[in-house]
Amino acid sequence: MSEHEFKGIIGQPLDRVDGPLKVSGQATYAADWRGTTPHLIGYIVESPVAKGRITSIDTKAAESCEGVRAVVTHENAPSQIPFGERDKGGRFAQSHAVMRSNEVRHLGYPVALVVADTLEQARHAALLVKVEIDAQDGIFNPETHEDQAKAPDGLDGSDEVDTEDGDFEAEYASAGHRVEGEFHTPSQHAAAMEPHATVAEWDGDKLTVHMSIQILSDGRKAFANTFDIKPEDVHIVAPFIGGGFGSKLGVHNEAILAAHGAKLTGQPVRIAQHRRNVFSNGPHRPRHRQRLKLGADENGKILAIHHDALSIMARDYPFAEAAASPTRASYATKAMRTQHRVVEGDIPKADSMRAPGEAVGTLTFESMIDELAHSCGVDPVEFRVRNEPEMDPHSGKPFSTRKMRRCLQEGAEKFGWQGPVSRREGNWLIGHGMAAAIRPNLMQPAEAEIELSTDGHLTVRLDMTDIGTGTYTILTQIAAETMGVAPEHVTVKLGDTDFPETCGSGGSFGAGSTGTAVADAAKSLKDDLLQRAAKADGEWKGANSKDLRIEGANIVLGSRSLPISELGERSGGLSAKGAAKPGKEHDTMAQYSYGAQFAEVAVDAVTGEIRLRRLTGVFDAGRILNEKTARSQLMGGMIFGIGAALMEESLMDERYGAFMNRDLAEYHIAVNRDVPQLDIHMVEGFDENSNPLGSKGIGELGICGAGPAIANAVFAATGHRVRKFPIHMEHLLESLPPLDG
Amino acid sequence: MHPLRLTVNGKPHDLEIDPRVSLLDLLRENLSMTGSKKGCDHGQCGACTVIVNGRRINSCLSLAVTHEGDDVTTIEGTADGEALSPLQAAFVKHDAFQCGYCTPGQICSATALLDELKRGEPSVVTKEKVELVDEEIRERMSGNLCRCGAYNNIVDAILEVAEART
Amino acid sequence: MRPFSYSRVADDKAAVAAAGAQNAKFLGGGTNLVDLMKHEIERPETLVDVSRLPHEEIEQTESGLRIGAAVTNSALAADAVVREKYPLLSTALLSGATQQLRNRATTGGNFLQRTRCQYFYDTQRACNKREPGSGCDAIGGLNRFHAILGASENCIAVHPSDMAVAMVALGADAETVLPQGGVRTIPADALHRLPGDTPHIDHQLAQGELITHVVLHKAPQYQMYRKVRDRSSYAFAVVSIGIAFDLLEGHFMKIRIAFGGVAHKPWRAARAEEVLEGKAPSRALFEEAADAELAEAKGQGDNDFKIPLMRRLIVASLTEMTSAQEKAA
Repeated sequence: MSEHEFKGIIGQPLDRVDGPLKVSGQATYAADWRGTTPHLIGYIVESPVAKGRITSIDTKAAESCEGVRAVVTHENAPSQIPFGERDKGGRFAQSHAVMRSNEVRHLGYPVALVVADTLEQARHAALLVKVEIDAQDGIFNPETHEDQAKAPDGLDGSDEVDTEDGDFEAEYASAGHRVEGEFHTPSQHAAAMEPHATVAEWDGDKLTVHMSIQILSDGRKAFANTFDIKPEDVHIVAPFIGGGFGSKLGVHNEAILAAHGAKLTGQPVRIAQHRRNVFSNGPHRPRHRQRLKLGADENGKILAIHHDALSIMARDYPFAEAAASPTRASYATKAMRTQHRVVEGDIPKADSMRAPGEAVGTLTFESMIDELAHSCGVDPVEFRVRNEPEMDPHSGKPFSTRKMRRCLQEGAEKFGWQGPVSRREGNWLIGHGMAAAIRPNLMQPAEAEIELSTDGHLTVRLDMTDIGTGTYTILTQIAAETMGVAPEHVTVKLGDTDFPETCGSGGSFGAGSTGTAVADAAKSLKDDLLQRAAKADGEWKGANSKDLRIEGANIVLGSRSLPISELGERSGGLSAKGAAKPGKEHDTMAQYSYGAQFAEVAVDAVTGEIRLRRLTGVFDAGRILNEKTARSQLMGGMIFGIGAALMEESLMDERYGAFMNRDLAEYHIAVNRDVPQLDIHMVEGFDENSNPLGSKGIGELGICGAGPAIANAVFAATGHRVRKFPIHMEHLLESLPPLDG
Repeated sequence: MHPLRLTVNGKPHDLEIDPRVSLLDLLRENLSMTGSKKGCDHGQCGACTVIVNGRRINSCLSLAVTHEGDDVTTIEGTADGEALSPLQAAFVKHDAFQCGYCTPGQICSATALLDELKRGEPSVVTKEKVELVDEEIRERMSGNLCRCGAYNNIVDAILEVAEART
Repeated sequence: MRPFSYSRVADDKAAVAAAGAQNAKFLGGGTNLVDLMKHEIERPETLVDVSRLPHEEIEQTESGLRIGAAVTNSALAADAVVREKYPLLSTALLSGATQQLRNRATTGGNFLQRTRCQYFYDTQRACNKREPGSGCDAIGGLNRFHAILGASENCIAVHPSDMAVAMVALGADAETVLPQGGVRTIPADALHRLPGDTPHIDHQLAQGELITHVVLHKAPQYQMYRKVRDRSSYAFAVVSIGIAFDLLEGHFMKIRIAFGGVAHKPWRAARAEEVLEGKAPSRALFEEAADAELAEAKGQGDNDFKIPLMRRLIVASLTEMTSAQEKAA
């Protein structure tokens, strides 16, 4: 497919097609769904200890409360396949059994579920459940148990666990400029505004769930593998998802528990995790310790890179975050060594959170690169340009496209970069910093169908989700442009396992993968229509269907036109299927999205409070499918980067394995006033090796580079390098100038 | 159970409720109006913001029984009849949301904010008098978290409507 | 939330009578109480709704203001007289929470909000404030937000209110009605208490005693409130400071200083005041005052930084206020 075929609607800043529903409160998220039968409400009773065996559980007081219909425990929970089994399809598809035995897997692990007529009844009764647990010591901090560290079986994104290119020790020893550092990044929670929620209802062995989930096809397998039922008997409905950021890739405890409650009561059961639940019954980004050693020669050319990462993995839940993976594709170097180790711990599920790997890996690596540039006396932008690789430094594969240089140079220009500026403005210490962004570009298999109804309207269906990504809108644009009709003629339906299977939302692969499937389906339908038109109309008889075209919902040849609705009506409706799969270029080439980010921070000269003043990002994400929603995606990513640099940390009391700041007052995500005007630029492009649309992943790109640009600006402002994230005022206090006056 | 009479979006309701029910749960469960969202249930996110007697509040932290005789406006009642309100339309135009979950709270909050501006009520960044600048809107909207990060666009949408009003 | 009986009362007399019941609580805006009731950290059996008592007026008195306890934080902050004469209070109020919360939170209730200590909120952990005798997990735990002054081995929690710090710095008085009838006046700086052996008791009010008004006296000439926080809005104070004074012939008069985020109560910096009172401003004096006040400050590990931070804040704030005054002169 050539580029010009797609010119037109794709790329336009079309308003979100689901916008009117969302601004009027009519979009139905999982916990908003109301069926015909009233729902019972489930409330989770959490374990106060992280590891152990339940020795007794007394539910009598809870059961005798008004409105309570059932109390589910490991003693009466429906039969389940053990947690972690049947995992051929990966961690999202494995059994997610909850309360299958008396084992407590982590602090906050469900030990009981109270099901009652109302939330008020269930919540109160839940506090009356008495549980005795034979507690055991758990592992919560990988650094204190580094002796148990091991190389994981695989890394998230299936990268190589360790790499070794060239002779690191020799190159590092020979380097005229050497920097090294040990960094700590904390556990983080995605903290989507919608807490995980599920409504479950059984009909015999058939399970219907309305839930908040990013990948329906894996979720279906997870229920099937947990309850030993057929995937076809699981129906998941998820038309709207209140944010995911990785935290809803798979099913979480409330989903399985809702199914338990529904089984025991014979009625639909709804569980909306409360915010404190989410911190232990939802997933989190694991903590990391990263060590970096970099060497460069006198000309500021990188010679040696060492990056190792130690993290924690939840038992029986194979997720190891690839923190050092982006380093492998970042800069030309003579030698490079990367390593990942994990310790299995007694913690809630550690899992993907927006830009897994890059979000923590580039935060530290790009901070260290800044130090190296500083050591070499080379401007950080120039330093990065100077070390741009011509091919992938580790694999030696060619890059599909790589516009990093342009991002760096354009970013410097847009920001007004004059080096790492450091100046005083009244009570504020001002600093400028920058960093590069890199994020793998992925493609996954997907299918879609498109139907022309008898009234000429087109309906696209696939089990993809829109988690705020703008998917409803861009798929509408892709279908409309491919068909040659206006967007108003297309309705996209998502989030239902009755629709063709896709990869869902995750890894920034959703738009390219499912968009390609939709384009493929639309192309088939269009070809079918034109062929039918060529046959259908007397005057066109014998015409070549290739000479026909669709314009504004009409099939046109010469001066004649035929409304497609007429063909729809004549044929009683038409439909076509389409599919997408990654091309061989995803094996033979190194594929990434790129960017460069520039930050201005102000540090209070008295207190060390840090405020971001400006953030400019220039990004190469291939072809932009919707200028408006793409910008929003980047903006959201950049704000995650602000959080990573300055705010977000899930604090665990390691005596108990307990996350302590389990709410939104204490787990700080950026508020409106924390975010200045974000200056965002997208480098035009079309990556034909990525997918036929020419797009690359964008949802996670914005987070990459934002955090380290801010950290580097804090250094410029204060002269202090902070290697523990998030950077807080207390880290800077000793570096502040003496008080005035 | 406790009697409660209140008006929601112009419609009077005469109810018997469990005094433990929050205003948010009253709307969502008793009245099946699910536009108002529960993000934290503890006044820490703003997703449940509704307007009571002209003032925005967190409906999750307010017991429904305390609203005897009150006039409540939710997202379902902010539209101009069938058409979107100027704020709702501006939110769509400026892409002031992504997942949309915080949006009902943002719009209720912004709706009340416009009246606060009109009344000249200060925020912590107000100097002598209220000025229509980014910083004012950002501070006043900081009680509505948006994890997708639509803040810039939210500010643009509100400023556009606020400027049109003056 | 445990089941409770709810009543709305029309006057103070009915309020204190209803609150005489076992385990009764007054309900104002509910922004803190309802939060805690959902966790069953607060478990009242009787709720007495005082939000509609006729205490929603802000009256001008001969020398100051008399503020009804039911006046909301947003109404108080927006009041023209408060803004003009008590900017310390207006700023403190607007620095706290959000407009949605301030629209409900009341003047009386704000004084009585309870700590944000994460161990107090987590019912699975030990907390003497929540459950007397259970221990304090914040000691030896995560305590970045905790007390550096006046803490005890039983509790290191801090009071979270911004408004209360302002009220202490302004020398406000709380007027109450007592359950047995009668009224009394309690100075704002005597309302709260230190944890000692009984950290479950936050304040000096008797069971069933109701704050009806808060009285502000003659407005000090110079005032400021400064809140230090991680987020730029919607965050509790890491530390805060309220300062109010008059200057007479270049000397501090009636200086009052209060800290937030450092103690179990809004901390009146009496030792610093003593150093400053009657003296001419100077950098050396400010440092002496800060050192005097922080002489017995003690960190818990994560919050050690609050001591140097507070020192810098005291000195910088006094410097800023007096140099601005100098410039004006």
